[in-house]
Amino acid sequence: MAYLIEGETGDWEIVIGLEVHAQVISKAKLFSGAATEFGAEPNSQVSFVDAGFPGMLPVINETCVEQAVRTGLGLKAQINLTSVFARKNYFYADLPQGYQISQYELPIVGNGELLIDLPDGSTKAVGIERLHLEQDAGKSIHDMHPTKSYIDLNRSGVALMEIVSKPDMSSPEEAGAYLTKLRSILRYLGTCDGNMQEGSMRCDANVSVRPKGSTELRTRCEIKNVNSIRFVQQAIEYEARRHIDVYESGGEIRQETRLFDSAKGETRSMRSKEHAHDYRYFPDPDLLPLVISQDFVDGIKAGLPELPDDKKARFMAEYGLNAYDAGVMVAEKASAEFFEAVARGGAADPKDGQASPAGGRDAKKAANWVMGDFFAAMNAGDYSWENPPVSAENLGRMIDLIDDGTISGRLAKDVFQFMVAEQKDPATIVAEKGLKQVTDTGAIEKAIDDVMAANPDKVAEVKAGKDKLIGWFVGQVMKATQGKANPAMLNELIAKRFKE
Amino acid sequence: MSLDKSTVRAIAELARIEVPDEELDHLAGELSNILTFVEQLSEVNTDGVAPMTSVAAMTLPMRKDEVTDGNQADAVLANAPDGADGFFTVPKVVE
Repeated sequence: MAYLIEGETGDWEIVIGLEVHAQVISKAKLFSGAATEFGAEPNSQVSFVDAGFPGMLPVINETCVEQAVRTGLGLKAQINLTSVFARKNYFYADLPQGYQISQYELPIVGNGELLIDLPDGSTKAVGIERLHLEQDAGKSIHDMHPTKSYIDLNRSGVALMEIVSKPDMSSPEEAGAYLTKLRSILRYLGTCDGNMQEGSMRCDANVSVRPKGSTELRTRCEIKNVNSIRFVQQAIEYEARRHIDVYESGGEIRQETRLFDSAKGETRSMRSKEHAHDYRYFPDPDLLPLVISQDFVDGIKAGLPELPDDKKARFMAEYGLNAYDAGVMVAEKASAEFFEAVARGGAADPKDGQASPAGGRDAKKAANWVMGDFFAAMNAGDYSWENPPVSAENLGRMIDLIDDGTISGRLAKDVFQFMVAEQKDPATIVAEKGLKQVTDTGAIEKAIDDVMAANPDKVAEVKAGKDKLIGWFVGQVMKATQGKANPAMLNELIAKRFKE
Repeated sequence: MSLDKSTVRAIAELARIEVPDEELDHLAGELSNILTFVEQLSEVNTDGVAPMTSVAAMTLPMRKDEVTDGNQADAVLANAPDGADGFFTVPKVVE
């Protein structure tokens, strides 16, 4: 089960820790009243605080503090009622203050835990080391002028949560599962939108290797700012291989910051960061310690939504789904709500935490339809959870039509396609398209007779013992009835005819 | 505590201050004197005393999450030595 890389001197394990920068969902910045919206005109969302003007003082945004605590609670982490902001000093063109306000010795959130879901349905706990609040830097654009870099400070001062894992992951897949789960939790909590393309969630990966079975921690390299889960996995794989090659050829790994080049699929050294590791942190004299009360934390705790792990456990217990199906359903809050609306029959309130017991519908059947035809339709067209190809109500009604025998599961696939194409409810589709299944014994027997009469040679073969051909007859009769014959009745009637 | 020349050179580089080599010895002496002066504080026993962060007994005031600032790109850019199209511009810094 363990993920190993084969080297010339033996097998190697990878040790991975991830640092995720998650942009806090808030209207205004962490320490100023400028807006945080993405994609605004350059420097239009900048206060003098964000631009590092002399004499400007930071004042903390209460909502950003709440969001950090909420995220900490979602990660089952210790909340520190007293935390301290520190200055992290470095020079860069898009950092007007000359330092980033961050948290160093006393972060707002301490040890926590995240359960990652692995492809075989099992889970693994990955430790969370800490979560702290900090300011984002501005944005440098290098391709607008041959000799100049352009600086936009709109992002400068936007609140980030830096979420640091313990080095508990040992394969690119586990790193991917960690990011997927973290993003899912952040979205459930409404504390970060998790959009890696727009940069509202960014990942740095710390990677080292060691011989199989060893417990040492060797020198690690940090791969910066990788902007998709797939690239994180590729970067880890490449970096681990590089370490092994260096060790096996007698070399040493130097601790350094590296960049991932997604076009070439490789990492390379960032020379400019070589001297940058001396950040000379010290408590920010402009900010008093951040002190929050237990009541403040308890209030946030009381308002937490049902999170993916709890929802998954409930879906398994309440609806009888297996671990894999339940995991797929809860990956997004919207997909979980959609499924529940289909499974419950629409009567119950799909709100979090107020789940009523499963309604009248067969939950397993509901899950199969949502994960099968519905997800396929969703991916095939320009749809979203706000604008699904078929509403939960109509999908539920269609399942009712299967259950009451109006349509067969096979006909339902056609009905579903018409529902997507014509945006009508299932009963209307069945009536307009004449898709009601044939359950009239006489009609089915008549169709069987016709097929048998047209194929006397095949009838003879079956009677001579070639049972496999019965399936061919079923297919022919199904075709003759445009798929509308009730499959169970058809099978039974054909079997009966050949026994005569 | 005394600083050597190479430490002074590193501090200067981190602060982006250009210091000619012939001044390093002199600066190392001055900075060491300052550190030695401040080090006298470590003679005081502070076991069990929390670090003092302010002379006023206050906690950090908080602000509501409301947009109250911005839309002043011209003012923000007014003192910039160089700019174009609403951006600050600097000599190219790229990996």
